[in-house]
Amino acid sequence: MTLARDQVTHVAMLARLGLSDEEVERYRQQLDAILAHVDRLQQVDTSQVAETAQIGGLVNAWREDVRGECLPVEKALANAPKRRRDHFEVGAIQE
Amino acid sequence: MSGETVGELGARLRRGETTPGELAAQARSALAALDALHPVLRYTEALTERQAGRAAQMLADSPEQAGPLCGIPFAYKDVLCVEGVETSAGSKILQGFIPPYTGTALARLLDAGAVPVAVTNCDEFAMGSSNENSAFGPVGNPWDPSRVPGGSSGGSAAVVAAGAVPFSLGTDTGGSIRQPASFCGVAGFKPTYGRVSRYGLIAFASSLDQIGPFARRVADAAHVFTAMAGHDPRDSTSSPAPVEPVSEQLGRGVQGMRLGVPREYMAEGLEPGVRTAIAAALAQLEKLGATLVEVSLPSTEAALSTYYIIAPAECSANLARMDGVRFGLHVDRKSLTDTYLETRGQGFGPEVKRRIMLGTYALSSGYYDAYYRQAQKVRTLIAEEFDRAFETVDALVCPTSPIVAFPKGDKSDPLSMYLCDVLTLPVNLAGLPGISIPCGLSEGLPVGLQVIGPRLQDARVLRVAQAYEQATAWHTETPPLPPAVTGTPS
Amino acid sequence: MAHGDAALAAGGDGDAVMTVTSAVSTLDQVMQRWEPVIGLEVHGQLLTQSKMFCGCSADYIGSPPNSNTCPVCLGLPGVLPVMNRVAVEYTVRSALALNCEIPEHSKFDRKNYFYPDLPKGYQISQWDMPLSLNGHLTFTVDGEEVRCGITRVHLEEDTGTLQHAGDILQQARSSVVDLNRAGVPLMEIVGEPDLRTPAQAREYLVRLRQILVYIGVNDGNLEQGSFRCDANISLRKHGDTGLGVKVEVKNMNSFRAVHRALEYEIVRQGRLLDQGQTIAQETRGWVEAKGATISQRSKEYAHDYRYFPEPDLPPLHLSAAFVDRVRAGLPELPQQLAERLQREHGLSAYDAATITAEREDARAFEALVAAGVPAKAAANWLMGEVARLARETRIPLPGSGLGLDGLASLVKLVETGTINGSTAKELLEELYLAGGDPAAVVRERGLGQVSDQAELERLVDAVIAENPAAVADFRGGKEQALQRLVGGVMKATRGRADARVVTGLLRERLAP
Ligand SMILES: [Zn+2]
Repeated sequence: MTLARDQVTHVAMLARLGLSDEEVERYRQQLDAILAHVDRLQQVDTSQVAETAQIGGLVNAWREDVRGECLPVEKALANAPKRRRDHFEVGAIQE
Repeated sequence: MSGETVGELGARLRRGETTPGELAAQARSALAALDALHPVLRYTEALTERQAGRAAQMLADSPEQAGPLCGIPFAYKDVLCVEGVETSAGSKILQGFIPPYTGTALARLLDAGAVPVAVTNCDEFAMGSSNENSAFGPVGNPWDPSRVPGGSSGGSAAVVAAGAVPFSLGTDTGGSIRQPASFCGVAGFKPTYGRVSRYGLIAFASSLDQIGPFARRVADAAHVFTAMAGHDPRDSTSSPAPVEPVSEQLGRGVQGMRLGVPREYMAEGLEPGVRTAIAAALAQLEKLGATLVEVSLPSTEAALSTYYIIAPAECSANLARMDGVRFGLHVDRKSLTDTYLETRGQGFGPEVKRRIMLGTYALSSGYYDAYYRQAQKVRTLIAEEFDRAFETVDALVCPTSPIVAFPKGDKSDPLSMYLCDVLTLPVNLAGLPGISIPCGLSEGLPVGLQVIGPRLQDARVLRVAQAYEQATAWHTETPPLPPAVTGTPS
Repeated sequence: MAHGDAALAAGGDGDAVMTVTSAVSTLDQVMQRWEPVIGLEVHGQLLTQSKMFCGCSADYIGSPPNSNTCPVCLGLPGVLPVMNRVAVEYTVRSALALNCEIPEHSKFDRKNYFYPDLPKGYQISQWDMPLSLNGHLTFTVDGEEVRCGITRVHLEEDTGTLQHAGDILQQARSSVVDLNRAGVPLMEIVGEPDLRTPAQAREYLVRLRQILVYIGVNDGNLEQGSFRCDANISLRKHGDTGLGVKVEVKNMNSFRAVHRALEYEIVRQGRLLDQGQTIAQETRGWVEAKGATISQRSKEYAHDYRYFPEPDLPPLHLSAAFVDRVRAGLPELPQQLAERLQREHGLSAYDAATITAEREDARAFEALVAAGVPAKAAANWLMGEVARLARETRIPLPGSGLGLDGLASLVKLVETGTINGSTAKELLEELYLAGGDPAAVVRERGLGQVSDQAELERLVDAVIAENPAAVADFRGGKEQALQRLVGGVMKATRGRADARVVTGLLRERLAP
């Protein structure tokens, strides 16, 4: 199968990756090649096979409902590239 | 201190011949001398000083209670979070990020008195097999600076190989500890998935990632593993099973053990030098009393495809938090969407973008079943094949990598780079423990022997590796560091 | 003019279709031609101590911005979620109260999308294996029983909150993020599209909220958003079984808003369909001030949430024993309680429904009855004066100064004839907030009814002597004149006499 350019731009938008036209073309070719390899997966008969999302076989790994310590506000915001008072600041939400 | 082991340094500390602070200072200058290889991104400065003081106090208070790592300097990969020390995951997008918390594995090492000295270079977000994907420049292999040290934990492997620190920490998602260990001629151990807490490890692929040590001796790797292993309530995937003491297994040899050799791992594609070294290593193990058995892992070929669906899929979500809001790079644009696009477009390097694209595609509507779901099913098959093999053998032995360290820039095509991991990534898919130890040289470059064990049999893997190590001298080979590296840094 | 019409008239959001006058139909007219199909999605925050995946407080209201956060709910690199057992239990409890099945196996998934209030870039939610499935809720509207299916009840994490520099999102130049709410356990209850009128939708929500509050998993606060509702609505021809194009309506933060928004949508969609236009599949927001829904069109890219199993959380395996234990811990549900109150205490259906509307009232009722207050009196006091004071003071009885015990003792003073009704009302008003023992206050102030027969007779005689005109009127056949005389006695006792006793005495004395 061949990956179309607009599939690449669609995926880039889903992943919020700003790509140049040159990058779009490069990734189109590279992903195409990788997917061609990965398509071998389709030949494996898995009709009787369950899915593995995790390998440890654990279940119900929960904690008790107990309050823990929060970060001081200054520490919570210390890495913020933009902040307004005690909030994280972002640009306009609407396009 | 160059080249000394954890045991040797510990003995000197206890005899009062040196101090944790002195060892840290020596490690620091030894690391600085490696500048031309670029394995270090930053030094831990204040933390080093604090922790050296703490270790000295622990040794003074009760030298017999202080563990083997107390006062021992080490370096860790730039994906592990320690409060107050910048962690950037080898990426521009996280440059300047200072975690307000310390991850569990590091916290346990600090509690054991180990002294961090430096943060090591790595592939961006641990994605790569050559360390050429670091946003801060590639790392040179101490055996030949024009060649790669392997990846993604290339910096951690290089500093141990060069003798600057006795051990270091890396992470292994598809071979990122074992492959650089193989390329640099040191021991590199990936524990069972869930054996060492991932809390504080900047996630690449959550169901595959595992923290582990590099060392020049298997016993040293075992000490580090012991200090870090065990259940952590902060990591829901960490195993609650008790940790089997490694000391009870080490030194017991391989006499009477059945060791499996996966046929598919010895197939074409192995470099002749690698094949020769592995054949000799297998013969050595037989000489030590092990029985070699050929086993088959038929889904090996499908493992690469499985891995390159599952790991990118998980990473596409794991890296979504790099959005320029709470930390890291922020490229300001008029609209929110443009800010996201530019921040992430400029902040991530090409390989990271490639994998995010691949993973996003595999999860997207209409492709999920064909790619992600199918990969999860094949993952089941892969794990079952290992299980079946371990019904008849105690451990598997095989090459770590089909090739030795290659020249920088040699694998510019992503797929050819991915193929480097064919012998290591099935182990991650099955969540097994695996180690790479030096087993020879091919045209002057190290070859690694991989030992793989059943889940939670970490001690057995270390035991087999150590038995081989003690019967051979490959681990004593040191890189012939060229003058540019050994000389004073500019 | 029907309700919906009023809403439309007040609306005028610039939607071209709203200005078309030729096809103006009222809600009733639209509903004659079209059948609304309504399904509701409810999100309820769970009343746990800590958040869903970290130890920060689940009670974030009033905390300074970003003060209720930690590395986990900030979504910092390297952190991992650990699920809150009680949140799982509360969800199962809710699901059982809504007659759901609890599958043995369930899991969490990642729902991927970018938004500044979502720190990780994905929400941990449940996709194809939710905690519960196939429930239903039955209730009555206008005497008709309605059964609404519950598709599923699942568990997820809440997002943070955004504030915009301008008051309108579209105009805001910048927004700020507070993550105090991020990670609070959030239960999603997805209803089947089984509702046919705004009144049914409203009643469904009222009942659902009541159940969640009763079983102690949610505080039912629509205003603050701990109980939130989105609606899906489409119209179809009566008798059709297929579904029309559905519109999602958001931003309704009261039962009344849900009712009005749905009426508005029915009329809006009906008018469009009547004109032969098609309905756009979209999300619309209810704007209370305009009384209208407004399209939340934005340059949005097709949603593709790319759900996949959350690798950081092992799956859930809920044994039958676990489910049985949760079931055993379920308190009596409002409907059962109302039936029992009718059966055991002879309350009317209406009184029982009113008393059980709020769990606190039902508890108070039972406590009063247990303290010896007759059921009818307990119900009347609770539904009347106490309800009024609770509303006015915004403090429910159990938290008031008087408290349950105080009210019980007050009502008993009336029942035993120690004080009369108007004294009791005054005392209730006075002691509701201030508190105090009503019996002691009555004693201290001498508020007890004048029940000394000789004393009353003396007062009656005095009033008769002082009011010859009224006496003459009464004797002349004017019944009302007696009230003037009773009033005179009450005035003399400062209201402490039993009016019935006084009336009797007066009739006796004035008998011909
Ligand atoms: Zn938190």
